[in-house]
Amino acid sequence: MPVDLEIVSPEKLLLSRPVDMVVIPAAEGEMGVLPEHSPMIVLLRGGTIRLYENGQVTERLFVSGGFAEVTPRRVTVLANEATPVEQVSRAEGERRMAAAEAEYAAADKMDVPALDAAMDRIQAARAMVEAAQAA
Amino acid sequence: MPSLKTLRVRINSVKSTQKITSAMKMVAASKLRRAQSQAEAARPYAERMERMLASLGASAVGSPTAPKLLVGTGADKVHLLVVVTADRGLAGAFNSSVGRLARAATRRLESEGKTVKILAVGRKGRDYLKRELASRMIGDVNYVGRKSINFADAQDVATRVTAMLEAGEFDVCTLVYNRFRSVIAQVPTETQLIPTPLPEGAGAVGGGAQADGAMYEFEPDEETMLARLLPQNLAIQVYRALLENAAGFNAAQMTAMDNATRNAGDMIKRLTQNYNRARQANITKELIEIISGAEAV
Repeated sequence: MPVDLEIVSPEKLLLSRPVDMVVIPAAEGEMGVLPEHSPMIVLLRGGTIRLYENGQVTERLFVSGGFAEVTPRRVTVLANEATPVEQVSRAEGERRMAAAEAEYAAADKMDVPALDAAMDRIQAARAMVEAAQAA
Repeated sequence: MPSLKTLRVRINSVKSTQKITSAMKMVAASKLRRAQSQAEAARPYAERMERMLASLGASAVGSPTAPKLLVGTGADKVHLLVVVTADRGLAGAFNSSVGRLARAATRRLESEGKTVKILAVGRKGRDYLKRELASRMIGDVNYVGRKSINFADAQDVATRVTAMLEAGEFDVCTLVYNRFRSVIAQVPTETQLIPTPLPEGAGAVGGGAQADGAMYEFEPDEETMLARLLPQNLAIQVYRALLENAAGFNAAQMTAMDNATRNAGDMIKRLTQNYNRARQANITKELIEIISGAEAV
């Protein structure tokens, strides 16, 4: 029995189809979701979503962050942006990385939320570069 | 009776106006299609977001540490109106109806002794409100010369609003915009953004949580999730308003330009009739002159 996967960005519905398993980059570690998973709402970090069909990875998408809602039959990913790994630009990733690092360096060291936000951005940018390399 | 020449000039000028209005109508119609499909594409995300928020928000709303974005500052003194209009005119009452609603809301709130601040999104709204409510304006944003709105634009507005909330510059935030009901009906609407209104009986009838008969686990904890979800939700609300505004504007412009084209057609008909009458009167007059001249000989 497959699980219905939906990937939505604010601008459009990117993907909607049943898959055997999906691996999503949750904030606290990669998470493989099979059918009948217990209901969860998870925060995503920058990373790659992998779709498994017939025991093989059939598609990989890079997301820069977002949320996912998991129910026994459905996985809904609300991604800030999602691009197939083949189309991820390494140059863009490196540009973002530089911007995020500059922001981190500029942030007030006492301002913890700002530091955290900058750190998240660095992490997302790094994931983007890695995704581009892997493709 | 105006001379033949002036009539000819007027007919020609109305004809070229008609050409412009009918071209504008075509352009608005094709832009409307694009704006509508963009608005439709944005709907799934907004729906899913609402569902998540419903299951999350219900549990957090009672807690004393609930984020400000969800429950507001607790006071009800300073209201921020985010007024969304188009950047361009020639769309009938589209912009002024939002302006009127914003003005009425301002008057109402002020008569209740509250302070009003206005953030104008769109050039026409800024111009309209500046005339009377300039002292309440705290800023404006516009997208002049841009082909289409994207999510980042909405995020900028949302970030600005959030920053103001954090700085304690307002207590309640309301969005005023034209809701796109259909191509011929755009309804000026007020929607409260902060404190975030949760769907009625969230959790119980709040969609997803109940439909699947499940209680969610959260990872990380609810508070961290909410802190991330709420700003995103705010941006989505703004994005939706911007898109509806864009679609509504094009629809209103299309209707207005259709009317203008029809009016120009009527006018051309009337002017042509006058022109022909004047021409005939002239011919008759000349004939009479020739005949009476011939008789006199």
